[in-house]
Amino acid sequence: MISALFFYLFAAVLIGSAFMVITVRNPVHAVLFLILAFFNAAGLFVLLSAEFLAMILVVVYVGAVMVLFLFVVMMLDVDFAELKAGFLRYLPVGVAVGAIMALELIFVVTAWITAPETIATVPAQAEDVTNTLALGRILYTDYVYLFEAASLILLVAMIGAIVLTLHHKEGVRRQKPADQVARDPKKAIEVVKVQSGRGLS
Amino acid sequence: MNELLLEYLPLVIFIGIAFAISAVLLIVPFFIAPQHPDPEKVSAYECGFDAFDDARMKFDVRFYLVSLLFIIFDLEVAFLFPWAVAFDDVGAFGFWAMMVFLGILTIGFIYEWRKGALEWD
Amino acid sequence: MADFWQQYGIPFALIVVQSVALIVILLVMIAFLLYADRKVWAAVQMRRGPNVVGPFGLWQSFADLLKFVFKEPIIPAGSNKGLFLLAPLVTAGLALSAWAVIPVNEGWAVANLNVGILFVFAVSSLEVYGVIMAGWASNSKYAFLSALRSAAQMVSYEVSIGFVIVTVLLCAGSLNLSDIVLSQQSPYGLFGWYWLPLLPMFVIFFISALAETNRPPFDLLEAESELVAGFMVEYSSTPYLLFMLGEYVAIVMLCGLGTVLFLGGWLAPFPVAPFTWIPGVIWFVLKVCFLFFLVAMVKAMVPRYRYDQLMRLGWKIFLPLSLAMVVIVAAVLQFWGTGS
Repeated sequence: MISALFFYLFAAVLIGSAFMVITVRNPVHAVLFLILAFFNAAGLFVLLSAEFLAMILVVVYVGAVMVLFLFVVMMLDVDFAELKAGFLRYLPVGVAVGAIMALELIFVVTAWITAPETIATVPAQAEDVTNTLALGRILYTDYVYLFEAASLILLVAMIGAIVLTLHHKEGVRRQKPADQVARDPKKAIEVVKVQSGRGLS
Repeated sequence: MNELLLEYLPLVIFIGIAFAISAVLLIVPFFIAPQHPDPEKVSAYECGFDAFDDARMKFDVRFYLVSLLFIIFDLEVAFLFPWAVAFDDVGAFGFWAMMVFLGILTIGFIYEWRKGALEWD
Repeated sequence: MADFWQQYGIPFALIVVQSVALIVILLVMIAFLLYADRKVWAAVQMRRGPNVVGPFGLWQSFADLLKFVFKEPIIPAGSNKGLFLLAPLVTAGLALSAWAVIPVNEGWAVANLNVGILFVFAVSSLEVYGVIMAGWASNSKYAFLSALRSAAQMVSYEVSIGFVIVTVLLCAGSLNLSDIVLSQQSPYGLFGWYWLPLLPMFVIFFISALAETNRPPFDLLEAESELVAGFMVEYSSTPYLLFMLGEYVAIVMLCGLGTVLFLGGWLAPFPVAPFTWIPGVIWFVLKVCFLFFLVAMVKAMVPRYRYDQLMRLGWKIFLPLSLAMVVIVAAVLQFWGTGS
């Protein structure tokens, strides 16, 4: 009974905050509503006994991805007038993408009528095996190719991020700790005997 | 209600109480402390003059790079967690699978090191 | 109706009582740790520290609390008011929340989650929001710059903490914090705890914890000489207090986490008679106090880092080192059995 109560609570807040994400005017508020949506999605995962996924959703999406989003919308002056100027030009593409996604969503939602056999029920969990252990047992053995593919995707993402954002400033002098450590009195100072009454020339 | 949810209920209650206590502390002075706002007092802090413009300005793209790289390494850590837990079960195959995974990401790490993405100037 | 109370009411009330008790004890402990922090700092600098309120100044923190409550709360005119007040709430609330899963004695955790360590990791990665929100909502240049700095700083060290946790998990084989403590139980007592086999990781964890909670020498976000007080510059009264409280609760939480991961949690240092008579919770508190003392000493002795040095330490030293340790620990376990 309580789990059903929590399901409706999480689901309602999730949908409500997802709606707010696209309707509020202030982009920072939109990102904060998105964070709220992620928390409720994590709650739904917990209700499905997928506790590992719930925590990873919070760690990766809320703890990392949303920080980047917040960075972008807080600190980049997004010119909304300029964004609106391109609105009509990109309208056909936007409508096409939206229509395809709506169609796919309809297929997913109606699947329980059209193809009831595709809907898997949550498999019963073995008593002594935790969620994370069960995931670990198959991820690195049965699904090893997908796992390695994930590393390639991350590699591409890493290189892409550097290629897109890295611009070195000219003439920056950086600290070279190795050189500093390697320096000794012999190289750094020169002892000069000065006769009294004469300067150094 | 199953075992698992029974473990999460205390968590929800604890978080609720933690935030409630913080909220009480937060609002108490608004009722009991004196409040005499004046324009100087409520203006943003600046060293002796009025702020020239809005504080929300553009900044170095390097901060984005740091948070992008953080996302990638965070995902890497996320992949390591189930592996560490199932370490005894997945055996040598799982061990070498993870070594290949880390090896590929180390290539990326060396690339960003050589490119100077980790330099801060 | 009576049945309903039997089934839900009493367990619920029990959880509430437990939670409130834990938080209250924790906050009282933090009050004295704050005092201890100041005393240690003063002793290193040959000062006397707080010594006026009560015997030896013991009630100083409580006097400070009263002072904060009776101060005028100021909300800057140009700020985003909702977010401005939400930021301290998030900081303090999140820092307290992580304590729900820390086991202070065998079976003494409010919520004994299967993924306890992940929960702590998740909460500590959320801490950055309090700072970003405060810095942005204040609409002040100092606060903004500080938020920017600290966000980059906190995420940088988050990664090495993640790798450190993974090495401990490799040895313990469970995400449950109580199981991690129990896996350190051995006839060798304190030499069987993970701090000895994983000593480099313990050092990295300790330093990363300092950076994660913006403690000196990594307190760049509130560098007085350049940013006055960083993201907290516009705050006064209890909103400011909540930031301070959140910071200290987070430090003590990371000391507690270090105790659980590396110092054997509630286990006695020698598994023989006179030591095992002492309840585990006392050992736990003693270990946390020891780690907190180290934190206080670091604050007193080490000068502040520069920002490029901080980033270099995080990305070029700790990250490769901790990644290499993950590989080494895994290889040792793989080829020489579960020896450690």
